[in-house]
Amino acid sequence: MTKVSEAPKARLERPVHPAPKEGRRLPFIVEFYGSAVAKKWLMAVTGIMLMGFVFAHMVGNLKLYFGEKSLNHYAEWLKEIGEPIFPRTGLLWILRFVLLGAVVVHIVSAAQLTRMNRRARPDRYQAPRDYAAATFASRTMRWTGVIVALFVVYHLMDLTWGVGGAEWTSGEVYQNIINSFERWPIAIVYIVANLALGVHLYHGGWSMFQSLGWNNGKFNDWRRMFAIGFATIVVVGNVSMPLMVVTGVVN
Amino acid sequence: MKVTLTVWRQPGPTATGKFETYEVDEVSEDMSFLELFDVLNDRLVGKGEEPVAFDHDCREGICGSCSMMINGRPHGPELGTATCQLHMRKFQDGAKITVEPWRAAAFPIVRDLVVDRSAFDRIVESGGYITAPTGSAPDGNLILIPKAVADSAMDAAQCIGCGACVAACPNGAANLFTAAKIMHLNLLPQGQPERWERVTNMVQTMERYFGSCTNHGECQTACPKEISIDFIALMNRDYIKAQFKQRRLASQRG
Ligand code: HEM
Ligand code: SF4
Ligand code: FES
Repeated sequence: MTKVSEAPKARLERPVHPAPKEGRRLPFIVEFYGSAVAKKWLMAVTGIMLMGFVFAHMVGNLKLYFGEKSLNHYAEWLKEIGEPIFPRTGLLWILRFVLLGAVVVHIVSAAQLTRMNRRARPDRYQAPRDYAAATFASRTMRWTGVIVALFVVYHLMDLTWGVGGAEWTSGEVYQNIINSFERWPIAIVYIVANLALGVHLYHGGWSMFQSLGWNNGKFNDWRRMFAIGFATIVVVGNVSMPLMVVTGVVN
Repeated sequence: MKVTLTVWRQPGPTATGKFETYEVDEVSEDMSFLELFDVLNDRLVGKGEEPVAFDHDCREGICGSCSMMINGRPHGPELGTATCQLHMRKFQDGAKITVEPWRAAAFPIVRDLVVDRSAFDRIVESGGYITAPTGSAPDGNLILIPKAVADSAMDAAQCIGCGACVAACPNGAANLFTAAKIMHLNLLPQGQPERWERVTNMVQTMERYFGSCTNHGECQTACPKEISIDFIALMNRDYIKAQFKQRRLASQRG
């Protein structure tokens, strides 16, 4: 039994999304953000920025396999990039703030669009739906996104701020990673979070092309392959590290 | 053949609805799904009961009125088929079939399986036309249109406004309908003068009533005209371009 629904008229007069204000012009960026299609476009743009970070972060960290010196030297170099035009760690901080901004836009848009979608379907179907095209990944974007976000907070606590419970020394990147990943429960957290990221990217890495309007019969088939390829590379690279450490292959 | 129909019954917009089950026998395999309801309704009226209200008009897949969620899929299990063109031979003898109305905030239930789809009219009113002087018909080949463009515009123009895309979408989004209604004009030379206004107004009207697309792709599978989500990407592209476009340069190419 469903709850009593409103009369048709009343329902249509209460929109799921506010209409653009007539007359008064708001700053361009505010008006632009007012649209759901634009929010989705921003999610794709920020998604690409996050994908760029995720990829570079993974490639950099694979120096774990080249030994302590190599990894620590790379970590040191990150602080120097942009010198001498920027002061030491200057460019790094700029990149960090850009990334933080992207994360905020991505998550706030996702939350607002989710709310809009709930309002657009207030009464659920009363009989089971038979989905024909939606995938596990596309239907769990919100969950995999939240898992990744929570994981990132833990990951920063663990390896950047050193408050994750393992023995931690500033600058000793290699040793800090070993100390953390040697703990089975923590290795599993890292592995599960990266699998969630992979699922997120399986849909996101394809969906972003649609949101950006990059649709062309000449390359449409490649969009899904790109998503699969990118997600696989990120998952294999990131999962390998905790796996190799916890099984004692790297120590 | 014989089928067991479980149908959503709701006497009015604000009334509480519930499923009722009916055994319908002596069903011909050559009947359409709507004719099954005709038979059921005849029998209900014969017994002095209220017939099931459902929308229908052309019964040949062109008007877009027949709207039913059949076993969890809009227009039933067959691809590229409206409910009126779905035949009973597609079901097994003794099949259990559950039928429910479209569900979306913008499609309030009027009665039983009938929903009010006038939110679609609001979208079309806001830009789904071209402004052209009427009068005698212009010469046939005055405006040349590349074949690929004409084909693609025709693909989009096939939309019959049935609402299956909204019904199918887990987000209750109307992006496939709106994209079809925008792009069949925005692709053609005749649609160019109002291209940027059209996409801006129609998208913003759509967003007042419907949810936001997350690219699940359920809509194109449900669409009886098999309209592709490629048009959604093209609409997104035109919408974003329109926001950055200087309107006074709108006639310039490139
Ligand atoms: C490393 C972090 C992340 C990366 C690389 C990433 C990447 C992406 C990409 C490329 C898209 C597709 C954009 C589009 O088509 O609109 C996307 C969509 C999305 N992301 Fe993320 N994302 C990340 C983190 C998050 C977080 C933390 C959340 C939420 C808490 C989140 C929630 C979503 C949602 C809800 C969508 C829309 C899903 C859809 O299109 O169905 N993401 N993400
Ligand atoms: S796009 Fe297809 S499913 Fe949506 S209203 Fe048009 S014909 Fe119906
Ligand atoms: S009755 Fe016209 S499309 Fe089905």
